[in-house]
Amino acid sequence: MLKVKNLKVGYDNVPVIFDVSFEVREKEVVSIVGSNGAGKSTILRTVSGLLKPMNGEIEFFGERIDGLRPNKIVERGISHVPEGRHVFGKLSIKDNLMMGAYIIKSEAEKNKKLSEVYEIFPKLKERENQKAETLSGGEQQMLAIARGLMSNPKLLMVDEMSLGLAPLMVETVMQALKYVSSTGLTVLLVEQKVQEALEIADRGYVIQNGRMVIEGTGEELMETDIVKKAYLGL
Amino acid sequence: MLGQIISNGLLMGFIYSLVAVGLTLTWGVMDITNFAHGEMLMLGMYSAFWMFQLYSIDPLLSIPISAAVIFVLGILIYKLIIKKVLGGTGLTALLATFGLSMFLKNLVQYLWTPNYRYINGAIVTDNKIVIGNIILGMPQVVAAIGSIAMTLIVIYFMNKTKTGKAIQATALNRDTASLMGIDTGKIYAITFGLSGACVGVAGALMSSFFPIYPQSGALYSILAFVIVALGGFGNIKGALFAGLIIGLTEAVGGYFLGTQFKYALVFLIYLIVIQVRPKGLFGW
Ligand SMILES: Nc1ncnc2c1ncn2[C@@H]1O[C@H](COP(=O)(O)OP(=O)(O)OP(=O)(O)O)[C@@H](O)[C@H]1O
Ligand SMILES: [Mg+2]
Repeated sequence: MLKVKNLKVGYDNVPVIFDVSFEVREKEVVSIVGSNGAGKSTILRTVSGLLKPMNGEIEFFGERIDGLRPNKIVERGISHVPEGRHVFGKLSIKDNLMMGAYIIKSEAEKNKKLSEVYEIFPKLKERENQKAETLSGGEQQMLAIARGLMSNPKLLMVDEMSLGLAPLMVETVMQALKYVSSTGLTVLLVEQKVQEALEIADRGYVIQNGRMVIEGTGEELMETDIVKKAYLGL
Repeated sequence: MLGQIISNGLLMGFIYSLVAVGLTLTWGVMDITNFAHGEMLMLGMYSAFWMFQLYSIDPLLSIPISAAVIFVLGILIYKLIIKKVLGGTGLTALLATFGLSMFLKNLVQYLWTPNYRYINGAIVTDNKIVIGNIILGMPQVVAAIGSIAMTLIVIYFMNKTKTGKAIQATALNRDTASLMGIDTGKIYAITFGLSGACVGVAGALMSSFFPIYPQSGALYSILAFVIVALGGFGNIKGALFAGLIIGLTEAVGGYFLGTQFKYALVFLIYLIVIQVRPKGLFGW
């Protein structure tokens, strides 16, 4: 459903992503793993339209989406949960979720989405009228993911959801993602925590210094020397 | 006597508040310094004046007209100027709007002369409300009520409507807001329009008891900058209360210290508050 071909992206004309190609098929969980500064977030920001590619193509359901503005890309069905959560701290939890459903016109459909995400994340419902900034880091991550689900996306992209979370919390968030993917949603994960990300992925890519170095199923990748040496410390 | 002074100060304070509410939308919420805010107010006054002069429409009735005119002007200012300099440093927007402010003042002076204009014979003119030994001018009372009403409308809009919340989200984090599907360019334009509508309303309300001339917005714009900082950036209720404080300070200070010192006192109060609460009275 998402095809990225020969992508080159940079900041101020200095490229940091060189000739990256990858693909996400319907109902898959795909992980892109790599260390700090490898270019993972840059790729997601380009897919969601926050950055313009210097070169290459991005196709979603066979149509070019590179060059579209972010709000148009959300309307196509891609939701991007940015790194560092970025919940709207001064807005209530419920208003954060409603912002996630900004593109949905019908009130009935919004409320239906709201009760769906409250079912997945019951903690959020208990505190729906509190400001988002009062949530703990892990809870904010839940909120960010829940907010990302509110637009009823076809593809959910999550950037570094384990960032700053205790192992137990990482486990909880991973479970939540597994659950949403079991409902048929396609998921693209970007992670430094290689093991966790590859465990839940159908397929994965390893990125180093702005280039994809290997790809394969989650299990295959965990068996490769590159991943074992560079990321799993084996 | 003091009752009279306090009443006058409060009435003026409500108008200051409305002008400051308009400014806090662009300066406080969107973090764009619009030095042409006072000139938008001045054009709001002129639009009420010309409605009266050319079509005999009373300033009270031209409130929605001048609100609409300055709403559109706000959107144009955003689209033609602010949008072009938004990516640059804060200084770029500052200089661009400073230039715009000079341009508008000169343009108005060229088109309509630097002369003071007055609206004579508005519905409210020469009416009074007497409560005990306090006499309130009807134009001032109506202006205060109108300002309160418009401020409440803005507060409602910002906190209860989808677009108002999208403005808040965009102010908190523009990129993340756009990831929600919010057209942030449109949100900025609407915010400028709303800011314009505030001074459009304020201008029409003030036009029946203030002289109208090219410089007539300048003082209120400076006061509005002080009020926004005093009330806490981007805080609409803060702007409302800070406006009242400034109105009172000005009236009471002017009475006890002489009118030449009233603004010195206003800035003194500002400096003291900012020492104690750097983010303003109601700052985040
Ligand atoms: N706004 C920016 N301006 C300039 N360079 C940037 C900017 N953002 C990222 N970079 C650079 O681009 C490269 C890729 O950064 P990116 O954030 O995509 O990495 P990442 O893989 O997401 O890293 P992390 O795991 O730390 O989140 C890095 O060298 C980084 O310094
Ligand atoms: Mg990153």
